[in-house]
This record gives sequence, structure tokens and C-alpha cells, in this order.
Amino acid sequence: MHQPTAHFDIDATDRTIMRATQGGLPLTPRPYHAVGAAIGIAGEEVMQRMQRLRDLGVIRRIAAVPNHYALGYRANGMSVWDVPDDDVDELGRKVGALDFVSHCYCRPRHLPVWPYNLFAMLHARTRDEVEDKLRVIASLLGDACRAHDVLYSTRMLKKTGVRL
Amino acid sequence: MSEHHLDALDRDIINRLQDGFPICEHPYAAAAQALGIREGELLTRLKRLLDANTLTRFGPLYNVEQAGGAFVLAAMSVPADDLERVVEIVNAMPQVAHNYQREHRLNLWFVLATATQAEIDTAVNHIEERTGHTVYAMPKLREYFLELKLPA
Repeated sequence: MHQPTAHFDIDATDRTIMRATQGGLPLTPRPYHAVGAAIGIAGEEVMQRMQRLRDLGVIRRIAAVPNHYALGYRANGMSVWDVPDDDVDELGRKVGALDFVSHCYCRPRHLPVWPYNLFAMLHARTRDEVEDKLRVIASLLGDACRAHDVLYSTRMLKKTGVRL
Repeated sequence: MSEHHLDALDRDIINRLQDGFPICEHPYAAAAQALGIREGELLTRLKRLLDANTLTRFGPLYNVEQAGGAFVLAAMSVPADDLERVVEIVNAMPQVAHNYQREHRLNLWFVLATATQAEIDTAVNHIEERTGHTVYAMPKLREYFLELKLPA
């Protein structure tokens, strides 16, 4: 629950850079300089600070984020599992290590509506492929799995990313 | 926005730029060189992929919690005949980073991202008051792996 946090090392200028870039990097030949020009600091400083934010893990990575559906990944299943709390970390690490699992988390239950505490996201081109992956996870969890389900997304209603 | 419009170069760009992008004065030129194309071609293609919503974003991906903020998955159970009204209320909030409809009794799943935990609570209360439906907050207790890379 307590992962190391770096936020005490982030100052107001870092936050200005974060707000200026959270919607995306400018599509111009010198994007970091364009960010600097927009907020009134040198491009060199933007680069140094973003490098540091990346080293701190505040920036996970600078990258392209594809739209699953546009790439043909029409079967996006959120698989959810009810496993004993004492075993969830060990099992979560095993499930997270599977190469087809993109995100894996422990989250709280909301009984009786929601009995599941382990979440693993699965992306595939068809639901049959997702079902194959579910079987792999189910056999990995074995008797530790008391119940499971998969929630397919049927509509992407919003995907703007983080806005601070 | 259909995958059929992507050619081999588009796919190469999407695949490589999911891995990362450099911090340097001319990063597009550097990335273009690695792809064997010119900087202008990469910029044109990226703009087209973003305009077509084949890419939803291009840029730094921030770990909100690492920056002191809060990031919470939330779910709601909304009757079909009330769904569009609720979606409109939820989507209008800048704190909502993404929102998906899913096949389940809990049929609306969205992510709230805010600068502080208190703002999460405020947003949850706002949604419950405006919609009249319960919001089930499911904050991440532990993260076991996070790397989304989809071969194009």
C-alpha cells in the first residue's frame, strides 16, 4: 500500500511543466523548447527537469498511447478474481508476470456487490483469445481462486488521460 | 479510425513509440532516424494518428501518485435508461481521466485523477449527489505490474 513517493521533490516549476505537457507533447521539431517558450523557461531546463521527473518515476515514460479499438483490440476484458487476502501479493506477482497481462492490481472488495480483490487487464482481438488467457490465469491460481469474472468493455466513453 | 487505414510505417511508428521517446533538443529527428524516415514524415504521421484517434495521446505519461496526487478506479451500477444522463455528468468532470462502459451489473467504470486525496472524495460526493447512484471507489492497494504495450 505504501509505495515510495517522490512528491516532496517536486517544485512549482515541475508542476507547471507537468500541466503544460499532460495533454501531450507539441508536434514541432523542438518540442521541449516549445514547452519552455509557452511557460517562460529555457528548453534546456525543461529537458533537465523532465529527465529528473523520469528518473524519479513521476514520468513513467514518454510514449505513444494507442487506442485499443483502433488497433483491432476489440476484446478488452477486465478479469477479476477473489483470492485470500493472505495470498494476494504472491498470486498478484505471478499473474502480473504473465506476458499478456498489461495491468495487475489488488483493490478493495465491496461486499456483497463486489467480492473480487485481484484485477488483471487483458487485451485481445477476440473474446475467444481473452477466454484462453482467463484459463491460463485460473489454472495458475488453482484452488486459491474462490470466484472470478471478466468484464468486457463495450464502449470507450472518455479517454483524455490525466488532467491535474 | 479503423485499423485498415494503417500501413506498415504507421504500425512501425506506433510500436516503437510505445516503448519510449527521447529527451533531447530534436527528439523527433532522433526517433525518425531510428525508424529510417525523415523528421517531417514522422511529425505528419503522428499528427494524423492523433487526429484519427488511433493514438489517444503522445507525450509524458505521469504517475499521479508519485507526484503526490490520487488516482482511483470507481464503478457504478446505472440502469440502462439512465445511463446517458449519468455518463454526461461523469464525463463532464475534468477529474475523470477515462470512462468505460462494461458488461456487468456494475456497468460504468471510470478513473478519477486529482492532485490530492481530498479532491477524490469531493468528486465522488459530487457524482453521487448529481446522479443519485452509489459510487464504489476501488483505490489501488498494490500494483504488481504495469506495462501496456499493444503490437499494432
